[in-house]
Amino acid sequence: MIGPAKPIGGPTTAPELPRDESDGGSSFKSPLSVFRAQSTTIFLFLVLIALAAFFSVLRPDAFPTPGNAINMATNASVLLVLAVGSTYVILTGGIDLSINGVLVFSGVIAAMAMVALGGDNPLVLLVGLACGTAAGIAWGFLNGLLVAKAKIPPLIVTLGTMGMSLGFALLLTRGVDISDVPDSLVLTVGSGRVAGIPILVIITAAVFVIGTMILAYTRFGRYTYAVGSSPEACRRASIDVSGHLIKVYTLAGLLSGLAGYLSLARFATTTLGGHSTDNLQVIAGVVIGGTSLFGGSGGLIGTLIGIVIPVMLLDGFVVLGLPPFWQQVAVGAVLIIAVYFDQLRRQLRSR
Amino acid sequence: MPNKPLIEARGVVRHFGHVQALRGADFSVRQGEIVGLIGDNGAGKSTLIRILSGTDRPNEGEILVNGQVVRFNGPQDARGAGIETVYQDLALAPDLDAAANIFLGRELLRPGLLGKLGVLDKSKMDRLTGDAMARFGVKIRSSTEVFTLSGGQQQSAAVARAAMWATSAIFMDEPTANLGVRQTEGVLDLIRRVRDAGTAVVVISHNLPQVLEITDRIFILRLGRTVGQVASSKASVDDLIRAMMTGEFRGEMT
Repeated sequence: MIGPAKPIGGPTTAPELPRDESDGGSSFKSPLSVFRAQSTTIFLFLVLIALAAFFSVLRPDAFPTPGNAINMATNASVLLVLAVGSTYVILTGGIDLSINGVLVFSGVIAAMAMVALGGDNPLVLLVGLACGTAAGIAWGFLNGLLVAKAKIPPLIVTLGTMGMSLGFALLLTRGVDISDVPDSLVLTVGSGRVAGIPILVIITAAVFVIGTMILAYTRFGRYTYAVGSSPEACRRASIDVSGHLIKVYTLAGLLSGLAGYLSLARFATTTLGGHSTDNLQVIAGVVIGGTSLFGGSGGLIGTLIGIVIPVMLLDGFVVLGLPPFWQQVAVGAVLIIAVYFDQLRRQLRSR
Repeated sequence: MPNKPLIEARGVVRHFGHVQALRGADFSVRQGEIVGLIGDNGAGKSTLIRILSGTDRPNEGEILVNGQVVRFNGPQDARGAGIETVYQDLALAPDLDAAANIFLGRELLRPGLLGKLGVLDKSKMDRLTGDAMARFGVKIRSSTEVFTLSGGQQQSAAVARAAMWATSAIFMDEPTANLGVRQTEGVLDLIRRVRDAGTAVVVISHNLPQVLEITDRIFILRLGRTVGQVASSKASVDDLIRAMMTGEFRGEMT
């Protein structure tokens, strides 16, 4: 509309640049590349394989069996649903401590809705699902609003909403678990299998695949990385940073709600006291998986491995007859190492 | 003058409370020229650039684009008029690759249903980024993450991004600050190539020898007023410093 449109001389008019400018083409050889996300993921995958091999060699009869694999997958599933949401949040440079509180609250709401409706049919199960996820969405939206609009640090916001959601769940139930869950929910979603694979694992796999596709291929995913990498660059590019943050926290809330429903189905009770360290386990998994606490880099493949490694360690220790408490020790140490490497990478970058 | 100003500011006034940032600044830039904007700290350079790029609004005065009076209610309006700005902090997302940065906020989506679902057309963005880099002689691959680039390369990437989207003018705030000699030369060459391609370029800088070297005309701001403009070929560093400090210019003012 204004001034001349391109065309701008052909490539032939571009003079040679000084050497310093021309080394861009070979920057993939930079020593920083060993810290790149893909290398971290490959390294983690090798660690996972090594662990599996280690336990398999020590207990070939008990560890490398289909039953044990399914057991591990089931144990990882609720955590992984939470971790998909947390990966998005941490990629934006935030954190969500409220996921376990929201999980319990959503489970309570879903259970109460199904009890109130009475009966045991697919409609009741769907209403429970809708109420549980709606509760999760509401908490997530509140988190997003407080982080993006009120500019309160996410650590404080979600610490607050963790306490609030858990407190409300205890108030609603007067501290007594609701175990009056429809049998069909427990028998299908909770413990049912299709072709030998638990439905719980299938649902989790679907959530994981969709989450991975959105993150890798869509504008929503791109903005999630961009907002975490440089909010200022996004603002200058007219990206609605606050709006995106609200969406991301709401997504994490939605997935916490879904996880609450899955937990309800699996344990046939609201497990008020059973999720107190889920948030820490999830954040540890995401960070071990290579997603930077500073935001902007990482991904869900890493998160999958970061969640499975602790689950496999616990399973392996139990199979070997070691005290399972060693798992907490090992995961804690791995977490510290992972964050140390992340910091190292940042320091090298800003040099 | 043979061609009319592409962008013009007339009598722009901007005050923040009691602080008079601009008291009547005039400015213009024509197609295919590099214009310098100089002045001491607090002379109002940054405020003027912010107003011309839509991030701030004047209290008085008018902005003209192609001879038409315009009102920018935000940076997107200035962008709509073909004006891009390269700030000193470059506003790049270091974790994203060059193509993602070039298209930040302007992502291309796949056609059809996939596009409606928000699926990015990465191959097209990569290709267009490669084309733009080749056109401006910037040797950065589309898939290179920005944090792996040197300071000069990051500056080049930011300039290339602005040049790709600017249809009328690019404003650059201290484009070579913190760069080494060779890197500075690379960026200056790039700025000249952008100018040669027909885009008006406005450079704010404290580096007066460099301003004289690269620009065609220079505007001098002092205490919020434009004290004059001068052809770069007819001024010396001493002349510019005197004009910045006293508002007086010995010799020819255009």
